[in-house]
Amino acid sequence: MEQYAIEMLHITKKFPGIIANDDITLQLKKGEIHALLGENGAGKSTLMSVLFGLYQPEEGTIKKDGVEVRINNPNDANDLGIGMVHQHFKLVECFTVLDNIILGVEPNKLGFLQKQEAREKVLALSEKYGLRVDPDAKIEDITVGMQQRTEILKMLYRDNEILIFDEPTAVLTPQEISELMLIMKNLAAEGKSILFISHKLNEIMEVADRCTVLRKGKYIGTVNTKDTTPESLSAMMVGRNVNFHVQKTPATPGEVVLSIENMTVASKVHKNNAVKNVSLKVRAGEIVCLAGIDGNGQSEFVYGLSGLEPLVSGKITLCGKDITKASIRERSVMGISHIPEDRHKHGLVLDYSLEDNLILQTYFGPEFTSSAGFLKRKSIRDYANRLIEQYDVRSGQGAITTARSMSGGNQQKAIIAREIDKAPELLIAVQPTRGLDVGAIEYIHKQLIAQRDAGKAVLLISLELDEVMDVPDRILVMYEGEIVGELDPKKTTQEELGLYMAGAKRDEVKA
Amino acid sequence: MKKALRNPGVQAFIASIICIILGLLVGYIVLLFINPEGAAESILNVIKNFFTWSKPKTQLKQFGNTLAKTMPLLMCSLSILFAYKVGLFNIGVAGQYVAGSCACLYAALAWGWSWLPCLLFAIAAGAVLGAIVGFLKSYCNVNEVISGIMLNWISLYTANTILSKVKEVASPYTMYINEVNPSALLPNAGLDTLFAKNKYVTIAVPLALLIAIAVSIVLNKTRLGYELKATGSNKNAAKYAGMRENRNIILTLVIAGGLAGLGAAMLYQTGYMRWECTQSSVPSMGFNGIAAAFLGGLSPIGAIFSSFFIQHITDGGQYVNTNFYSSQISDLISSVIIYLCGFVLFIKITMNNILDRSGEKKMQKPKAAPAGSGKDGDK
Repeated sequence: MEQYAIEMLHITKKFPGIIANDDITLQLKKGEIHALLGENGAGKSTLMSVLFGLYQPEEGTIKKDGVEVRINNPNDANDLGIGMVHQHFKLVECFTVLDNIILGVEPNKLGFLQKQEAREKVLALSEKYGLRVDPDAKIEDITVGMQQRTEILKMLYRDNEILIFDEPTAVLTPQEISELMLIMKNLAAEGKSILFISHKLNEIMEVADRCTVLRKGKYIGTVNTKDTTPESLSAMMVGRNVNFHVQKTPATPGEVVLSIENMTVASKVHKNNAVKNVSLKVRAGEIVCLAGIDGNGQSEFVYGLSGLEPLVSGKITLCGKDITKASIRERSVMGISHIPEDRHKHGLVLDYSLEDNLILQTYFGPEFTSSAGFLKRKSIRDYANRLIEQYDVRSGQGAITTARSMSGGNQQKAIIAREIDKAPELLIAVQPTRGLDVGAIEYIHKQLIAQRDAGKAVLLISLELDEVMDVPDRILVMYEGEIVGELDPKKTTQEELGLYMAGAKRDEVKA
Repeated sequence: MKKALRNPGVQAFIASIICIILGLLVGYIVLLFINPEGAAESILNVIKNFFTWSKPKTQLKQFGNTLAKTMPLLMCSLSILFAYKVGLFNIGVAGQYVAGSCACLYAALAWGWSWLPCLLFAIAAGAVLGAIVGFLKSYCNVNEVISGIMLNWISLYTANTILSKVKEVASPYTMYINEVNPSALLPNAGLDTLFAKNKYVTIAVPLALLIAIAVSIVLNKTRLGYELKATGSNKNAAKYAGMRENRNIILTLVIAGGLAGLGAAMLYQTGYMRWECTQSSVPSMGFNGIAAAFLGGLSPIGAIFSSFFIQHITDGGQYVNTNFYSSQISDLISSVIIYLCGFVLFIKITMNNILDRSGEKKMQKPKAAPAGSGKDGDK
C-alpha cells in the first residue's frame, strides 16, 4: 500500500449559498511534489483553510500517515508538522532573518534568548538545502527571493514535514523561479512532502510529480505530470479549451498621444524617489507595456501620470497639451482612462450600487446631472443597463447590485466598461488581470487589443510574464524606478526579459 | 418574511424598537434596585411624559414643550448623521451648538437684532466652528474627533465669557429675550394656538421638519450627496474619480456645523431657556444628537422620530416620583435609554447573523443545492 504523508478524503465544506469544496480528495505522498491547480474561486484556499483548522468541514476526514486526525486550529496543524509559505510573506520587516526564523519558538534559558544555538541550526539547514540567506540581514534590506527562502527556513526550523507553497512564484523573477524549483526538488529528495498551489501550468509541468485539479469547488482529477500536457491540464482546470496566445494583427502606430519627459515621483515609503527621470512616449494604435517586478516604481509612476500624486519634476504631455499641473478630473476629461491596480481601493465604491459605480467618472456631466444639481436616475439606469449588456457584466440584481457582492472578475469588467466607454485617448491599464481566472483574462486582453485597433494609445503595466510577452507591441522594463530596457516582444525571450527585470542587464533607453 | 427582514429600512426600524424596549427594561431594573416601591409607577410616568397630566389642555401644552425641545435635538442629530455619511464623526456638534447659542443670544440681547439675522448668525457661528475642524482635518490631518472635543470646551468657555456681558446682575443667567428684545423671538405663526397657547411652539417646528427632508434629498438625490457619500465610503476611489476630497470634508463639516448652530437658535430664540454663564459642562443637546442619529438608523426621516422619542423620555424623567427617588434619577433613566440606543448597529449585525445561520441550516437539508463558484474568490 502507498504511504501518504497527508490525506484529505471526501472533504465537503459549505457556505451559505455555495459549496466551496464538494467531495474533494487530495492525497500527498511522502517525498513528492504535488501540485494543486485551479482557477480563482475553485476552492483551493478553502481546502487549505480546512487543512489548517480554520474551517471545519461538514463531511470528510483528514489522515496523517494513515491515522485519522482532527485539526481544530492552526496550532494543531503546526503540531502535525504542516507548514505554509503564504503568497504574501508573514515576516517582521525590521527584524533580521534569524529573528524571523525563530519568532514564536525562540530557544531560551530562563527567559533569556539562546541565539547562538538557533544560528547554528539555521546555518546547518541552509547548507543542507542550498537556501542561501544572511541570518543577520534585516528583512527590509533583502530581495523578495531571499525573503521567501527565509519563509522556507522558518518551516524547516520548526521540523515541518509537509510544506505548502501558496503561489510562490508570483513575486519572483524568472531566475529566482528556477532557483526555487531547484530548492523544491532538493527538499523533496530529502523526504519532505510538498504541496504546490499554482495556476501556472509550465511550472507545474516542470516541478511537480502529480497534479490535482479543482474546478468550481469540485474535484476533477489527479494526474501524473509525466502523462499529461499543459493543454489538457488547462482544459481540466477551465472546463474548455483556452487560447493561450493572444490573437492580434501587427500594430500601426500613429501620432504620439502621451509623452513623458524626465518624470520623477517621490516615494511614500522611503526618502528616495520611487520614479527617477523616466521618459517615454505612447502612440495611438499601440500597446506599450511597462514591465518589472512588483515594487520597482510602477505604482508611483501611474500615480504621477494620473495625477493622484504630484511630480517632483518632469513634464507630461497628452495630445500636445501640457497636463503636468492638471488635476485628476481635468486629466480624466481630457482623455485619460485609468484601470487602477487595486480595484477595491481605487476602482470602486464597494457600498455603492453597480450603476452608481458605472458613472463614477462621468456623474457630473449634463448626461447624468440636471442643471439644478439633481442626479438623473432614469438616464443613469439606462446607461448602466447598456454597459451591463454590452460588456457582459454579470451580477445578482443587475444595475442595483451592490458592488461589494459581485465577483472579482465582474467587478473588473465593470471598471473596464466604465473606463473604455469614456472613449479615452489614452487607456492606462494597471495589472488589469490580477487575480482573475483564465476566461476573464482572455476577455480583458481582447478588450485591450480592441482599443488599440480603434486607434487608442494603451499603456499596460503588468507583472505577469505571459501577459508582458503576449499583449503589448513594445516592452519597457522598469527597475528601481528607471527604465532600463526597451524590448520587442516578438524578438525577445522570457530569460532576457528576466535579466532586465532583475537589474542584471540594462541599456541606455531614449524615449 | 425573510426577505422583508433583510430590508435595511425594516431592520433599522426593528433594531430601534428593540433598543427602546431594552433601554426601558434596564431603566426599570435600576429603579427596582434603588427602591422597588415606586419603580413601576415611575417608569410608566417616564413613558407617559405629558400624558401624566389629567387635563387635555395641559397635556397639549406640555406636548408643545416637548416638541419645541425636539427641534434643536433633531438639528443636532441631522448634523451628526450628515457628517457620518461622509465618513466623519462630528463629535464637535456640541461645541457648534454652543457657538450657535452664543451667537444668537448675544446678537439678540446686546445688538437688538431681529429674529432672522440672529438665526442666520447662529448658523454662521456653528459653520465657522465646523470649518475649523474641517481645515484641520484636510490640511493638517488632525482627527476630527480630537479637534472637535477640544473645540467643544473652547467654545463653552468663550460663550460663558461673551454671554456674561448680557447676563442678569443678580443671577448667572442671561437676560430674558422677551423683556429685552421681543423682536428676536421666533414668530409663532399661529402655531401656539394649536398647542393651547404654548408660546414656545414656533416656526422652528415646521422649519426643522423641512430641513430634515431637505437633508434627506441632498444625500440621496443630488450630485453633491453622491460625491459626499462616495468620499465617505471610499476616499481613495473618490480621489481617483477626481472628486476634491479636502473640499468635500470642509464643506460637510460646514454644513454639519451650520445645522447644529441652527438647532441652538431654535431653542434659545423661543425664550424657553436661558444660558447659564457659569456652567462648566458642555450642554448635552449635542451629545444626545449622536444617540438620536443612531436610534433613527442614520436616516434623516428616522431622526425626526428618534429625536422626538429621546426628548419625550427626557421630559418624562421629571415625572418620576421624587418621594422615592432623588430628582436626578430622571437623568439616569433617560441616559440609560440613550446609552442603549447606541446599540442599534450591534442589533442589526446580530439580526443578520441569525438570518445567515438559519439560511445555512436550510441549505444543508436539500442535498443537491446548486454548486457555487467557491468561497475564496478573489482577494
